[in-house]
Amino acid sequence: MAVKDRVPMKEQDPKERRKNFNEVALGYTEEEAIAEASRCIQCPKPTCVAGCPVHVRIPEFIKAITKREFEEAYKIIKSTNSLPAVCGRVCPQEEQCEKNCVLNKIGKPIAIGRLERFVADYALQNNIEEEVKPEKKNKKVAIIGGGPAGLTCAGDLLKMGYDVTIFEALHALGGVLTYGIPEFRLPKRIVEAEIERLKKLGAKVETNVVVGRTVTIDQLMEEEGFEAVFVGTGAGLPKLMDIPGKNLNGVYSANEFLTRINLMKAYKFPEYDTPIVVGKRVAVIGGGNVAMDAARSALRLDGVEEVTVVYRRSKEEMPARAEEIEHAIEEGIKFEFLANPIRINGTEDGWVKSMDVIRMELGEPDSSGRRRPIEIPGSEFTIEVDTVIMALGTSPNNLIPSTTKDIEIQKWGGIIADETGKTSKPGVFAGGDAVTGAATVILAMGAGKQAAKAIDEYLRNKK
Amino acid sequence: MYKIVRREVLNPVVKLMDIEAPRVAKSAKPGQFVIIRIYDKGERIPLTIADYDPEKGTVTIVFQEVGKSTKLLGTLNEGDYILDFVGPLGNTMEVPKDAKKILGVGGGVGIPALYPKLKMLHQEGYKVEAILGGRSEEYVIFKKEMEAVCDKVHYATDDGTLGKKGFVTDVLKEVLENDKEVDYVITVGPVIMMKNVCKMTKEYNIPTIVSMNPLMVDGTGMCGACRIEVGGETKFVCMDGPIFDGHLVNFDLAMTRLNMFKKQEKVSLELYEQHHGGDHHGR
Repeated sequence: MAVKDRVPMKEQDPKERRKNFNEVALGYTEEEAIAEASRCIQCPKPTCVAGCPVHVRIPEFIKAITKREFEEAYKIIKSTNSLPAVCGRVCPQEEQCEKNCVLNKIGKPIAIGRLERFVADYALQNNIEEEVKPEKKNKKVAIIGGGPAGLTCAGDLLKMGYDVTIFEALHALGGVLTYGIPEFRLPKRIVEAEIERLKKLGAKVETNVVVGRTVTIDQLMEEEGFEAVFVGTGAGLPKLMDIPGKNLNGVYSANEFLTRINLMKAYKFPEYDTPIVVGKRVAVIGGGNVAMDAARSALRLDGVEEVTVVYRRSKEEMPARAEEIEHAIEEGIKFEFLANPIRINGTEDGWVKSMDVIRMELGEPDSSGRRRPIEIPGSEFTIEVDTVIMALGTSPNNLIPSTTKDIEIQKWGGIIADETGKTSKPGVFAGGDAVTGAATVILAMGAGKQAAKAIDEYLRNKK
Repeated sequence: MYKIVRREVLNPVVKLMDIEAPRVAKSAKPGQFVIIRIYDKGERIPLTIADYDPEKGTVTIVFQEVGKSTKLLGTLNEGDYILDFVGPLGNTMEVPKDAKKILGVGGGVGIPALYPKLKMLHQEGYKVEAILGGRSEEYVIFKKEMEAVCDKVHYATDDGTLGKKGFVTDVLKEVLENDKEVDYVITVGPVIMMKNVCKMTKEYNIPTIVSMNPLMVDGTGMCGACRIEVGGETKFVCMDGPIFDGHLVNFDLAMTRLNMFKKQEKVSLELYEQHHGGDHHGR
């Protein structure tokens, strides 16, 4: 009979962690991992695998854990997932593999994410490397954007023997893993270690290259000999609420706030030169994972006493992962549900002073299937805040479509690509947020994987 | 890593550097800028491209030493390296097709930022004049370069050591009164100067473009730190600019936003000067 409950994973005490940027979840020990893995009943027809965008052979790696064969478990995961230490931490497993677990019928599903993380961390600590010695193919492929989609696509192409160069606009690879997701959820040493592995596989990296400005895709293909290109440039443009006061000092996009903290390490100012300014009271607008990351990051900064998430729907409709919401509540983040900002008020010298908010109620479901929030007339109220962070989503940058011949885009800016990643321009493939609009790390990785396959096929059949 | 291949001291607070960055040099156009990060704990700062040489693969930057980052940059020598140098960013300047005579108005390190624009217009066959200003003669930089690409250069200094004693706007008024051929103005310099220039050209109804230089982080449209208001709409300088219709820019907001990190910038500079004592002025 299977064990109903999961082996719990240790976490930093909320009282402690709300004032530091160290990782919240501490991971399983070997014994804990084996105990959790032993709950798996090894379904003959596993349903979990179908829920995984990169089709990790879940029951196989779990079985290897039960036999204490951690290195073997790592090799099984790594054969389909190039960034397991990242996925084990940030994938929404509860909506994917774990959702499909048969143990849901009797209790809690296997903690697949935690086990994946355990195996990946074990491999990092013990310097376990995959042995890949592919035959060199002597064909150059350019990867535009060093985020989850690009890194995955690069990894798979390297394993097939292609000559891969990753072009990154920022000074560091990783995309949202580096600039967006905070240290306490995804330590940057993990991201750096995964990137080092790619470099060992032979990836060439050119940082500080903004494709579309520094060089164009057409130049890369026509002048620099790249036979195929993968565009994984993400959805980087922040949406700002169009309300009075949105440009006051003290109003940040979540992208700016998180980039300052994560990429530029502003939380270590003045050791690091990039500053961040926050007042005592911070409001975060939005209900997704980025809003949770921004709120929890703000709470950890010196001088911040109160952080309130302002969301126009109710808790049930929040798109953030349940785990992130729980962590935020444990740490003392406040929530103002069914409320929508209508105005940010400033001081005479242009700083945020307060925010006017209107009460909402839920009406009929909209196109997203969630109930549409409607303003309740006359229900305005004011909250005193010094800092406002807008986490309202992002959309793709049009820099590449506008500077590349023959790339077609959707009305909202996303690049048009088929399920294999093929775009309207021969030899150019795309995937991740640049195609779908803002989504998850693992979906971008799945798209990168698909595209690697399609690029291989394209280059084999070329001429 | 990007090598500093030339370093010149232009005046006690302004230096020039040629940086080896072949990709940037090859793609750069007048009006664009770069973002640099000097070392691994450094911040990303935007600097306007003052010149570029695709053959040599170098890009010229000119910077005023005001905060920690620019002071630190000033201590580097020929042969040293800058960790990150990304560009060219922003849009290129559009050529004002119907213009008869173009007047450039520049102040401080806005002068070298104005230079590639006037140089291009001169090469395209436009009549080009300039008004350049600064505290004193010493602070008016790029005089030779500007004189080479302008039909005439007017000067204004606070102390009267070069040209007229007063502000560039004092000279601007004279020029606009006396020379009715001027029908297009480009101004680059401190925000307050651009504001006053635009106020005046508006009275004379002369189209005027400005180049904004706000705070930035990524420079690729990702963060919005550089946002300003133009004609009541929010614009990202890194993507929509840096060149805008000067008659539509909300300069007061731009000035306020430049102050967002003033306190922190001061802390950073004080700590730097404590540890690096002495002053590097002019060396």
